[in-house]
Amino acid sequence: MKLLKPVFLLIVASLLLTSCKEESKKELAKVDSSTIYIKGTMDAELTSPPFVPEPVGNRTAKKLLVNMEILEKEGEMTDGVKYVYWTFGGSVPGSFIRTRVGDEIEFTLSNHPDNKLPHNIDMHAVTGPGGGATSSFVAPGHNKTFSFKALNPGLFVYHCATAPVGMHIANGMYGLILVEPAGGLPKVDKEYYIMQGDFYTKGATDEKGLQPFDMTKAIKEDADYVVFNGKVGALTGDNAITANVGETVRLFVGNGGPNLTSSFHVIGEIFDKVHVEGGDLINTNVQTTSIPSGGAAIVEFKVEVPGTFIIVDHAIFRAFNKGALGMLKVTGEENKKLYSGIKQEGIYHPEGGTIQTMPNDNKEKVVVSTTEKPLAKKIADGKQLYMTTCFACHQAEGQGIPNAFPPLAKSDYLNADVKRAVGIVLHGKTGEITVNGNKYNSVMTKQTLSEEEIADVLTYVYNSWGNNKTNVSIKTVQEVKSSH
Amino acid sequence: MVSIKGGEYIPLYGRDSMKVKINDFLMDVYPVTNKEYIDFVKKYPKWQKSKVIKLFADESYLRAWKSDTILGENQKEQSPITQVSWFAAKEYCECQGKRLPTVDEWEYVAMANKTIPDARKEKEYNAFILGWYEKPKTFNQTIGSTFKNYWNVYDLHGLVWEWTSDFNSVLISGESRKDVDTDNNLFCGSAAINATDLMNYAAFMRYAIRGSLKAKYTMKNLGFRCVKDNKK
Repeated sequence: MKLLKPVFLLIVASLLLTSCKEESKKELAKVDSSTIYIKGTMDAELTSPPFVPEPVGNRTAKKLLVNMEILEKEGEMTDGVKYVYWTFGGSVPGSFIRTRVGDEIEFTLSNHPDNKLPHNIDMHAVTGPGGGATSSFVAPGHNKTFSFKALNPGLFVYHCATAPVGMHIANGMYGLILVEPAGGLPKVDKEYYIMQGDFYTKGATDEKGLQPFDMTKAIKEDADYVVFNGKVGALTGDNAITANVGETVRLFVGNGGPNLTSSFHVIGEIFDKVHVEGGDLINTNVQTTSIPSGGAAIVEFKVEVPGTFIIVDHAIFRAFNKGALGMLKVTGEENKKLYSGIKQEGIYHPEGGTIQTMPNDNKEKVVVSTTEKPLAKKIADGKQLYMTTCFACHQAEGQGIPNAFPPLAKSDYLNADVKRAVGIVLHGKTGEITVNGNKYNSVMTKQTLSEEEIADVLTYVYNSWGNNKTNVSIKTVQEVKSSH
Repeated sequence: MVSIKGGEYIPLYGRDSMKVKINDFLMDVYPVTNKEYIDFVKKYPKWQKSKVIKLFADESYLRAWKSDTILGENQKEQSPITQVSWFAAKEYCECQGKRLPTVDEWEYVAMANKTIPDARKEKEYNAFILGWYEKPKTFNQTIGSTFKNYWNVYDLHGLVWEWTSDFNSVLISGESRKDVDTDNNLFCGSAAINATDLMNYAAFMRYAIRGSLKAKYTMKNLGFRCVKDNKK
């Protein structure tokens, strides 16, 4: 006992010591940012999404010159749908700005002479009236310069605040500015810039042609498009962001709004770390993080297995019906321990019937009834199956989802080869295909349907939406099945 | 010029108690053209771009012109004159024995569509104006290329913005959202609750552009026309 006592005291003392240390660390972190000394001047590197400038690292605080140009220009919301975007730096979201706490940012905003309207910038990283809006209101053909000291570290939204404010934001005038803490953020392998926005058009979703902004829908918060990085498909297919297995990915995620809060989620990943609302509070092991309009979050995760990870607003109709879809393509070695893929597949009888399997070595021909239903009945049954199995991706009218899921309506790919179509339903399909001139690179899983069901659903598809009216027989399905 | 019958109207920023009285006046049918402005600077060389006093016009003044009296290659004689300052526009009108319209006069005439004097609630009227914001480089069009309104005046919407004599009397500061507090008569779109017409946000953009200007500014999208009091 006598011996134990001093040891115990030592432990207590060391505990006290460490807690004291932590205390002093916190004190250190509370350096008054306004007094950080500035040394030298440098030009800011500005990048278009999804890219971000080089990390600040542990450089000293400087005077950072930021030059940003406002351009009103026509772009494409999705295939065939044009929209006049108002941009900071020519992109939606605007150029990414990266700075550090203590920097004095000298910001010059130039309004292109061809533009019709005055604009300004409100940066949430600014401590000052209007976030800079007061000092940056600028007519076309002019520029304005103001400066501010970055007092708080974090990821901040900037946007235009000229009347009507909502309209300027709705037309794409927003972006992100990252203020790194002293010493910089921890190093990661890949960093990307993603920003959500909601858009309101006179025409319905997907209505072709130049679509003007619709103030009524905007006030009702009835968005036609909810997208990442300004347009449908800005982050899918060839535009997907990438990483290699084993790497750590950091996403700087913003939400320009103007109206909708984002339920940001990456399908098949768990965020190891989230800087909640872009600030200092760190949450770990997060599935979905909420990003308010006019807010941001920094999410980090390690990618352990290869594959395509879909980025969504988990208010899920926005993802599959209004465009809020992105892709992170991870390449590298599979790790079956972490994720097996399909291990085995069987028949499930909830009533508990014994599962019958055919012995493999005994290759007797199985005679299956091939009684064909009348065409109308097949189409009716097929439609029901379609609505429960295929609808979510290929959509009610077979129109698919641009850049994600190919159309079945008037599909040259589908009509060219029935057996190939049967094969895809039976075995699934991954990799690039071209349908009606557009490339798709996504995954269709193999469908657990009976031969009769496959015949029904494909007959329905072939007899709908301008396809070639093939009547797919059970026999055809069996032929394809046995040929594999 | 055509005569405009005066009357009372409620400006966009107003309420019933805020009716503005407009006297009868005459207004130019078209905005002033490049050709007319060439004639002006020939007669008054102090407004030529090489001679203009910097206090009265910024560096972009007549920038697209080849020389003091010759238009740029892609400019047309019948296109509206743009890239002129408020000082220049004001003097131009005065040299014609006219003056610039007030904001209220301009807005009063501009609220007409083809058939009625106040079309601000008409869907198509607003759609036309808003559509203009999305058409690039309309300053290259010629005068008369839009529509003739109820008062027989052309091009108030769809061609270029226009200077008014008191363009900066309705102050919109750089911070559009703050203005709500400083001037209760005017709101600036961000807080639309006290607007008389929620949907007439096209007009707010006109007030915004006016608010962004200084008298010596010149812009590619900004021209002018003149008016005259109607002394019978």
